[in-house]
This record gives sequence, C-alpha cells and structure tokens, in this order.
Amino acid sequence: MRSEPAVLHPVLIREPDGTPAVNSGMVDAQGKAVEIACVTCHATSTPNPQINRGDQLLKFHQGLHYAHGGLSCLSCHNASDYSSLHLADNRRIEFKDVMQLCGQCHGHQLESYKHGAHGGMNGHWDLTRGPRTRNTCTNCHDPHAPKFPLVQPIFPPRDRISVPLPEHPVQKTHELLPKNP
Amino acid sequence: MSSSSTSGCGKEDCGCVSRRTVMKGVGATLGAAAFARAIAPLTEWVDTLSVDEFLQRHYKELSLVDLKVVLRRLEKETKEQYGADVTISDTKPQEGVKFGYALNLSVCNGCRKCAEACHLENNHDRPSNQSYIRVFEMQKGSMDMEQGNAHYDKPVPQPDKFYMPVQCQQCEHPPCVDVCPVEATWKEPDGIVVVDYNWCIGCRYCEAACPYHARRFNWTKPVIPKEEINPNQGYLSNRIRPQGTMEKCTFCLHRTRNGRLPACLEACPTGARVFGNLLDPQSEIRWVLEHKRVFILKEDLGLKPQFFYFFDS
Repeated sequence: MRSEPAVLHPVLIREPDGTPAVNSGMVDAQGKAVEIACVTCHATSTPNPQINRGDQLLKFHQGLHYAHGGLSCLSCHNASDYSSLHLADNRRIEFKDVMQLCGQCHGHQLESYKHGAHGGMNGHWDLTRGPRTRNTCTNCHDPHAPKFPLVQPIFPPRDRISVPLPEHPVQKTHELLPKNP
Repeated sequence: MSSSSTSGCGKEDCGCVSRRTVMKGVGATLGAAAFARAIAPLTEWVDTLSVDEFLQRHYKELSLVDLKVVLRRLEKETKEQYGADVTISDTKPQEGVKFGYALNLSVCNGCRKCAEACHLENNHDRPSNQSYIRVFEMQKGSMDMEQGNAHYDKPVPQPDKFYMPVQCQQCEHPPCVDVCPVEATWKEPDGIVVVDYNWCIGCRYCEAACPYHARRFNWTKPVIPKEEINPNQGYLSNRIRPQGTMEKCTFCLHRTRNGRLPACLEACPTGARVFGNLLDPQSEIRWVLEHKRVFILKEDLGLKPQFFYFFDS
C-alpha cells in the first residue's frame, strides 16, 4: 500500500441555492424569471394544516404535483417561518440542511449516502488526488414527488446484425437470424 | 558429375542448360511471385496502416522511449485522419490499487445515460451507437441475462421490469485473455483487462469467449466528427480504435488511474454506481460489498468478476 499523505481533498456536498422561492411566471427587464420569496405571501396568510395538494389552494401552487406518502405541506414546511423547514420534533432547520430532514424517514438511504453508496457524484474516487462533489437529496429527487418520473431512454445500440448501418447493407445470411424484439 | 564445367547433357562445353540451373531459376521466380502474392494485402492497406505501425512491437516490449515515439505517432495519425488535436497518454497502474465497481439494481431506471456517456468519453463510432455498456431490460423475478432485451425504446422504468447495465466485468480469470492467439489482451496489475489495439488481429475469439457480451468489434473505421472527439486519450483505453480490432470497457483507465471517477458513474442520474479501490478497507465499494445484498452475474462460471450488482435491503 502507498503511504497515505496527510491531506485529503474535500468532499463537497451541493446545497440548494439561496432562499426558497416560487416562480411568478413573469420576467424582468433582463428576461430573468421573477421569483417570489415564500415569506412575501406567507407572512400574512394563515396556514391550513389539512392541505396536502396544490389544487386545493385558491391561489399559487395549483400546479404543484404532489406524491409523497401521506405527508401534508406542514409536515416539512415551517408554519412559523416559511424561509425554513422543521424536523419531526418541530426544531427549525434551514433549507440547505435538507438531508437531515429527509433522513428522518429515509434512514436506509441516508446510511448508504454516508458511505458513498447512494446519490450521484463527480470528481475523484481517490481523495488523495482531487476533490469530489456530491449531490444532496433535492438535486435528484423532487421533494414533493420524490419517486423518479418516467423518462425516455437514450438511443439503443445498433447491432450490425439487427440494424443495417448506413451504406452497409446487412448480408443475406444475417436475415436468417432471429430479429431482436 | 566430376567436372564443374560439364553441363546438362554431360558433354563438356556443349552449351545446353542443366536441369539444376533450370529448377533454380524456376524456384526463384515462383518464390518471388509467391512472396509478392503473400504481401499483396499490405499494399492495399497503405492508407490505413503505416510501415511504423506494421513494425511496432507488442506494448509490453516497448521501452519508455519507444512508447513515447508510438504515442506521438498516433497523435499525428489522429490529426491526419480525423483533424483533431489529441493527447494520448499511458498512465501506469498504481501500487496497492485494484479497481472494483458495484451497481445498484434497486435504483437503476434504465435511462441509458451511462451508455451515452461511455459513447462520448471513449470516442465510439457514431453511426453504430457503439458503447461498452449495454443495458438489459429484464423481467422482474428473472436473472437470465440472455432473456434480457437491450433494444427497448419505451419510457422507463416499466412496472414489471428491472434494468441491468452490463459492461466488462474485469474477470479475475478472463476467458477472453485465455483465447487470444496473439496475446493482444491481458489483465493489468490493477485488475483492468486491456487490449493493445495495434497488436490485435481482429479474429474475435475473445468476443466469442466473453459470456457478458462485453467486447465489441470495429467492423468499419470509426466515424466521429472532429469536434466531438474527446482529446484526453489513453493508449490502452479510449484512443480511436483502428478498423478490424476488438475493444472493450477499461473502467475509463485514462481517468481512473489518475484518481478520477469513470464517465458512466458521473453520468448516472440515479446514483446507482459505486466505484473504488477493493484493496482499501475504508473505500465505498468495500462498504457496499460488506453491507448490501451483492450478487455476481453468471457466478457459476467461476470467472470472479470485479463488477458487482447489489440491491438495497
């Protein structure tokens, strides 16, 4: 084995950026989307703990696709301060520490994550030679609907036997072979 | 024949030609013709095979100086044939490292992003959608790779299916290496099975021997637009392969031997892949092997892959 150098490069975990906000659907003079901070409305509106779907609301969030067990909005969102979240024991927690929140229910995933066996990453497997960047929960999972949606797969392989290449007609003998379904 | 000046008929100085002389002449003519015939294919190859390449020694017999010359020549040929400026290096295996790869079948959703990343990273032929990774759509409850469908084209994941990406498993006892008649493929100290593309004769014995369908053959000269060529290349990995040679996954050794993660892992949107050093007890891959339900594809063949599949418990 090589002798371990004293310095290991850092493992950076991506953080959700900034304060949480919703897209207003409008654009500013520079053409950037106008985002509205949660507290803008929630400072004056009364929370309804029964609601757990966007279409039950009269304004805002109607299009929110929600599929996350039997949770309601206020299971995670903090009714006393919408710029933060809260844990199951009602302790306030910042949006950037979302992993701690998810890990309350998803312990297996959190354990795997801590051992580098869950979640995407880039950079170096060998931290003696370079850093690594890892995703946090919400980089891959929509917190309101964490199950991955259906996606259209990338191109399938084009085998010489099953599909003729351009300008390379398949030979007669290959036509006797079973076609791939 | 006593006298050296006697000729064909035995009489001295009669001028006729001996049978021996005739046979010598005929033999020489035939020999020259046969030699010309034998090397005829080479004359047709001139545009794709340089004399230097034809005379190049096996990778393991190249001195460091020879290798440098070869790498520069290959860079020059890539520039001539593809118009791209590339750097071809040859990073050696590290002491105390043996690569291992694990893939989580509980989360893989069959999107083929890994196959696409491989296609781009390893400078694969564009028209054939070539890639070292083939993703099989498998019936839940079955583990028979031969029943898997690699050509699925519906949105994934389908409810009754699971998805199993298969690439080279870097076997401990690689059958592909055993069958190669010219020793153009071998297992490196860090466990990667590599091919010397300039030594390979394209007989495809290895392709037939591999139970994982992990080897690919270049039927045609790879076609890649020059702006899409990945310029960071390795002699034993992703340099553009010549026509008529075998190729295979090398765990992106031009990246991983420099400490980086393989391209397929970085591209995976579900985080299904775990890569690391099997000899390091603290590594992620070792944790997976010790804590997850791990299985080996076609374990009964006894090839001892360094590639593992696991399920979340």
